[in-house]
Amino acid sequence: MKKLEVRKNAYYDSVTLMIISKEVKKLDGVREALVGMGTDLNRDLVVSTGLEVEGFDAVTANDFFIAADCDSEDTFLSVIQKVDELLSKKADKAKSDYYPPTLDGALKIDEHLNMAVISVPGRFAAGVAQECLNHDINVMLFSDNVTVEEEKELKEYAVSKELLMMGPDCGTAVINGVPLAFANVLRRGDIGMACASGTGAQEVSVLIDQLGGGVSQLLGTGGRDLKADIGGIMMKQCLDALIHDDATRVITLVSKPPAAEVMDKILRQAADGGKPTVVCFIGGDPAAVEKYGLTAAVSLEDAAHKAVALSKGETPETFESFSMGLEAAEKMAKEEASKMASGQKYARGLYTGGTVCDEAMKLMIGELKHIYSNIPLSPEDKLEDARNGKSKEHTFLDFGDDEFTVGRPHPMIDPSLRAERVVQEAEDREVAVIQVDCVIGLGSHEDPAEELSQSIRKAKEIAAKDGRYLSVVAEILGTDADPQGKAASGKKLEDAGAIVLPSNAQATRFTQLILKNL
Amino acid sequence: MSKVNELFNKKLAVVNFGIESFYHDQVHQNNPAVHVDWKPVAGGDKKVAGCLMQLKKPELLEKIEKANQEALQRILSAQPVLAGLSTAGESIPGMTETTILHAGPPVTWERMSGPQKGAVMGGLIYEGLAKDLKEAEELAASGKITFDPCHHHHTVGPMGGIVTYHMPVWRIVNKAFDYEAFCTLNEGLGKVLRFGACDQEVIDRLNRMQNEFYPVYKEALELHGEIDMKVLIAQALQMGDECHNRNKAATSLLLREIATDIYNTHFPKEQQEAAFRFLNDNDHTFLNLSMPVCKATMDPIFDIPYCTLVATMSRNGTDFGIRIAGLGQDEWFTAPAEMVKGLYFPGFSDEDANPDLGDSCITETTGIGGFCMAASPAIVQFVGGQVQDAINYSTQMYEITVGEGNAYKIPSLDFRGSATGIDLMKVIETGIRPIINTGIAHKNYGVGQVGAGLVHPPEDCFKKAVTACAEKWSNG
Repeated sequence: MKKLEVRKNAYYDSVTLMIISKEVKKLDGVREALVGMGTDLNRDLVVSTGLEVEGFDAVTANDFFIAADCDSEDTFLSVIQKVDELLSKKADKAKSDYYPPTLDGALKIDEHLNMAVISVPGRFAAGVAQECLNHDINVMLFSDNVTVEEEKELKEYAVSKELLMMGPDCGTAVINGVPLAFANVLRRGDIGMACASGTGAQEVSVLIDQLGGGVSQLLGTGGRDLKADIGGIMMKQCLDALIHDDATRVITLVSKPPAAEVMDKILRQAADGGKPTVVCFIGGDPAAVEKYGLTAAVSLEDAAHKAVALSKGETPETFESFSMGLEAAEKMAKEEASKMASGQKYARGLYTGGTVCDEAMKLMIGELKHIYSNIPLSPEDKLEDARNGKSKEHTFLDFGDDEFTVGRPHPMIDPSLRAERVVQEAEDREVAVIQVDCVIGLGSHEDPAEELSQSIRKAKEIAAKDGRYLSVVAEILGTDADPQGKAASGKKLEDAGAIVLPSNAQATRFTQLILKNL
Repeated sequence: MSKVNELFNKKLAVVNFGIESFYHDQVHQNNPAVHVDWKPVAGGDKKVAGCLMQLKKPELLEKIEKANQEALQRILSAQPVLAGLSTAGESIPGMTETTILHAGPPVTWERMSGPQKGAVMGGLIYEGLAKDLKEAEELAASGKITFDPCHHHHTVGPMGGIVTYHMPVWRIVNKAFDYEAFCTLNEGLGKVLRFGACDQEVIDRLNRMQNEFYPVYKEALELHGEIDMKVLIAQALQMGDECHNRNKAATSLLLREIATDIYNTHFPKEQQEAAFRFLNDNDHTFLNLSMPVCKATMDPIFDIPYCTLVATMSRNGTDFGIRIAGLGQDEWFTAPAEMVKGLYFPGFSDEDANPDLGDSCITETTGIGGFCMAASPAIVQFVGGQVQDAINYSTQMYEITVGEGNAYKIPSLDFRGSATGIDLMKVIETGIRPIINTGIAHKNYGVGQVGAGLVHPPEDCFKKAVTACAEKWSNG
């Protein structure tokens, strides 16, 4: 039936009414509809769309009308209702920010820009970084797949201009208390950090925070900086800046063991700098550091302990125990082990952070023959097709490695693949312990503990149904000042039945204790 | 103190390229930050990016920048006035009784879009060269008719842009360069020639325009004397027009100028009234004035050597074409015209639409129209957008232009001059294409306008143009 409603002397602009016409036509039971002012054009349209009814002649250009061909009176009422609703609708979206397309455009908005965070595809990254350096803007290059030649050229240019060129593949930095990319909200203090690894830097910095210390600056260099090709150009630059920074009283270096000639250069520079310096070359030989009169750390956690001790003017002592005390930990591990079925004997480490995964393997390998991995400690332990294939005996996986990130965001942003794997590992009757990291802070997923805790529950159920007990050992890598909150995240995992330890090193030692008791 | 140590004592201000959430993290912590909507140069097309690199070599770039500044000064110093009316045959250079001018880059009858063909047939009937559509179609295809772009004849035409010998035209003069430009009178909305309608109703209206209205306007303007169009457009922009798709205010301002002069002509009252009503009843009257104003403003930048500014953007419903000031008037860079994204009148959908059509984007080329959308928020609703979107569209255009208007200003941007002087190199570098708001014609002739919306020139026009610039200029 054709229906008409006319409102005399009511004005709405034509575009609004065109939008409303379009919406109203989508209603069930409406064949055709036109909402408009009674202009000649609209009057013609009413005729041509067959909506003309008696009384339409009286509609003038000053009148607002609703004409519809619909299946019932009720439908027409719903049309009128919809029109009124749309007419009174307010814009609900927040004003969207304006994003300039180029650095020049950005500088027009804020001429004081002094730090670029670059995460564009690798083949374009060097060009973008170069342009920023040209404008005297320091660079944090998050992108990977930048060539060694490009890296070297960028870093040499940056040094010539006394700028930072952190990266490529630099995931973490905290400058002037501002966390960049994947970083945590830290108390400010007098410990300056220069790091060649992302989650390694995060782990040390959050543990410093946890121990009551504070961080002056956390500078990144990118993972390749201390290799012979690059020769530690940026580490030298960062170290120099920290040595000359009045707010920095203790320096902490974090990296995988560097090339020998680079190591000598860096450690010499640190020694000459005269500030107490903790060096954590993950899995490296402490004696190589100590001969320069510097403090060597045996783990990321130990580096934090020693840096905080130095910052407080105390003598640093190696920490290789448990915050809860060794006895309490042993008791708890024994309890866990006692619930397991025979045949449960292997550990599976499922990590979103590469450096903490590497550290866990290095801390564990001593007593084990093999730890299979996509980032193995020795080539023969390489696990082929880690993403789709099965784990083998003791297996530790880094979900942030290339194989797992093809076509996906980094697992710290999207932890779903790791969460699925937790459930998958529970099907394996030989698994005793699943060890996980849970990285929170800026850049990370808004609540990684939530999804992980659901997987832990499922995993434990699967094992229980099969008459087994599965132990899940976890570390929350973060601080309470982080948006997700360390305590809140930890509670989620504990509620799901996980045992949450204060550091990656302690989590690894706890897993070792469980295995020992089987 | 090293610069890094200086940084430690400054407030950190982050510029973010890539993952957007890193920017939001900064915003949530109340740190100063700007996110760059980064795209690879030329969309990652290495060959085109290479051409841009050649143009950016210091010696050549210096010449280009100088040329572009010269062009900008010419655009800004334009003094367009409405000088009067005449017929096409009397004043358009090169016009003959068998010439039909059309919108857009050159196109043959065979490749012409539906609405443009309809308008050609209507034009032939109006001229008395054919008695019906069948005859008109045969004549158009016979080779006896000369088709040529309006743009080659100091002329612009909206939509189909058909101009024939006896049609009355507005005459604009850019007094700073003594440069003329012409445009027909706007017929109104609905079934009209420019959208390809060509039935008797359309022909009758064209005849009335020629015989009844045109003499009145011509005499009225002779009584009034020239009208400063730059001032008039500047005022209209303060009143909610952008002078491409919204011309309500400018039309009203024009009528305020000439109302008493129409009254003072020697024609009978009925004829005066009908002529007045014809202008007054059509919100788009002024479109056919803003267009030749822009044409007369832009053409004087042609033939400045090394100038990379876009002097013309135009479409014929089949192809979109651009011309670059430094490469001259004869070189068009074309690609298939895109479909307009927009809102359709009841009863029509995107299936009915013809690709982008008309010379009217000369307004955007000059820095009004879509470039002034922030001055005309009513327009942005065409794409279901919000006022902030209009502001963003206008703001974004500053990224691809070399200057800002000295007369055309945008109230909501604190009266900032509109983005003026589209630089081909900046379009390639940023991947941002000019924004155009426009009407949508039905793909078949005879139907008319079916909607309105937003569209861009095809990327390929710019890629071809920058390649041509590099080839021509990079070896000496």
